[in-house]
Amino acid sequence: MESGVFHTTYASDMALRRTPLMRLRLIVVVVFLLVFPFVANGYQLTLANQIGIYAIGAIGLNILTGFTGQISLGQGAFMAVGAYSSGLLAARMGMPWWLTIPVACTVTAAVGAVFGIPSLRLKGLYLAIATLAAQQIIQWLITNWRGLTGGVEALVVPTPELFGLRMSTNFRFYWVVLFFATLTTIFAVNLFRTKIGRAFIAIRDQDIAAEVMGVDIFRYKLLAFATSSFFVGLSGALVAQWRGIVNYERFTIETSIFFLAVIIIGGLGSVAGSIYGAIFMTLLPAILTNLGGAVGGSIPGLAGILPFIQQGVFGLTIVLFLIFEPEGIAKIWKNVKDYFRLWPFSY
Amino acid sequence: MDKFLQLTLTGLTNGAIFSLVALGFVLIYKASDVINFAQGDFLLVGAYVTFGLVAQVGIPWPLGVLLTMVIAVILGLAVERFVLRPLIGEPIISVIMVTIGLASLLQAMVNGIWGTTGRPFPGFIPDQTLRIGSAVIPADRLVAIALAAILLIIFTLFFRYSRHGIAMRATADDQQAALSMGISVKSVFALAWSIAAVTAALAGVLVANIVGVSGVVSSIGLRVFPVVILGGLDSVPGAIVGGVVIGLLEAYTGGYVGGGLQQVIPFIVLILILMVKPYGLFGEERIERV
Repeated sequence: MESGVFHTTYASDMALRRTPLMRLRLIVVVVFLLVFPFVANGYQLTLANQIGIYAIGAIGLNILTGFTGQISLGQGAFMAVGAYSSGLLAARMGMPWWLTIPVACTVTAAVGAVFGIPSLRLKGLYLAIATLAAQQIIQWLITNWRGLTGGVEALVVPTPELFGLRMSTNFRFYWVVLFFATLTTIFAVNLFRTKIGRAFIAIRDQDIAAEVMGVDIFRYKLLAFATSSFFVGLSGALVAQWRGIVNYERFTIETSIFFLAVIIIGGLGSVAGSIYGAIFMTLLPAILTNLGGAVGGSIPGLAGILPFIQQGVFGLTIVLFLIFEPEGIAKIWKNVKDYFRLWPFSY
Repeated sequence: MDKFLQLTLTGLTNGAIFSLVALGFVLIYKASDVINFAQGDFLLVGAYVTFGLVAQVGIPWPLGVLLTMVIAVILGLAVERFVLRPLIGEPIISVIMVTIGLASLLQAMVNGIWGTTGRPFPGFIPDQTLRIGSAVIPADRLVAIALAAILLIIFTLFFRYSRHGIAMRATADDQQAALSMGISVKSVFALAWSIAAVTAALAGVLVANIVGVSGVVSSIGLRVFPVVILGGLDSVPGAIVGGVVIGLLEAYTGGYVGGGLQQVIPFIVLILILMVKPYGLFGEERIERV
């Protein structure tokens, strides 16, 4: 009868995948991700790419909000910085697209760090409002700095090419997204096993105690803003390359709210949770649309109000999760696992 | 000089409306430390419900506005009881997000019922223009200023002299002490939410009267953040002063500088205030050093 997981060597204790079952799950996931594009249709691949890009952005935001405890309502604007940097470098300066992505990430990280400076003095609510202002200011700059961004008109990005192949289909771009999403996940999971990651968590849990223990709060907060923005910029740059056009409307305050919803529903302070959240929040509207299409004929007027039903369900999901399971899907998944680990004597 | 007068009056009207909305914000924050991101959507609900009752059902407008106020109270109470109360003691991000979720839900409901196309509001405030000197002012704006001023005076008196107002101030000051003095903190929260919902609904009616009923009404919710930060999140006089200052600032920037700068200038002010004086002009300072 198993009563828990015990480790007898340091190597097994420090491994990321600690039990045979976890290793098995990893293999299943990897096999699924590799086989999926060959069996999926175009629509499913679009959703998969969207999930991948959202997951990268959500992991980025989770590093800042879930792990470091700094609430950011400026995610949409930071994504815009990534998207416009990548798009402009590719479209106006003819830089190869794969080179624009790291540059865009770095630019976003720098912008993120600058807007992270108020976090030195502000916490919680006030920081949330400051990042809200950052969102409005950056958005205003994008729509009004016509010479640079083209203002409210969409910026057309040339189709990315790799090894002579045009990445114009969802199937080809899937591998690009998969590559970056895997990289981001591995980085994030390992980040919280390092000194820096632990310092982030210490700041979130109790900033005064962290300061006393020798964590340089200002430095680590800025680092958290920069790291987080780096990945947010990555997801923005991928959006630009994938969609082929950059439009400010994709990066409004609604985007910021969407990503906060993703990490809250997925699980604050959980890398896996960010991915669960991205899957959930991408599939939920898709399923609603399909359901609406299926029963649309029998209920008149449904097609007209479908967007509002989606919006309502979005809001309701956030409210219900916060009231009933504030730790999100990651916690639900853990509860299920715990229940079955000691089943049938699960007390 | 005419331009100046015109801009001042525009600024004052917007400012008065900002103050009303900000008052709701401040009330909720003072009583329960919650920032209500759904305030803009309370405005939207108020505007549309009045529109539905007056223009679609055909109820005379004083009765329509009164009914809207009753519905707003019910909405405020329901939100407090079923959404915010389970979250007492939860981290700030949960509280922020729950009001954002609520905003999305309310907006979806309003859009689902009335659609998204803007419509003219049944103008129950006379559609005339007044001449002051050589500046032309639509009468509805003057009425908006007057109404807002009256409401603000009523609320100021309410906090100063009424039993419930004093109970609310006591709760804001120290919940523990208020509880031990026999004040029901729960009913204070409920009162704060219903008053905030009513002020928002009335502000919604005023805004809709000027710009018509459409999604634009809810955008005031975001524009009010600079106001409350400038005045101090927990200060009623701050809400009034902040509203007027931001309203005038927007009007003057729009009139004299232009280029859309008036949309962003309040947020720049917001960041500056947060950097220099995070608790605003009249807010209570909570000293904490890290």
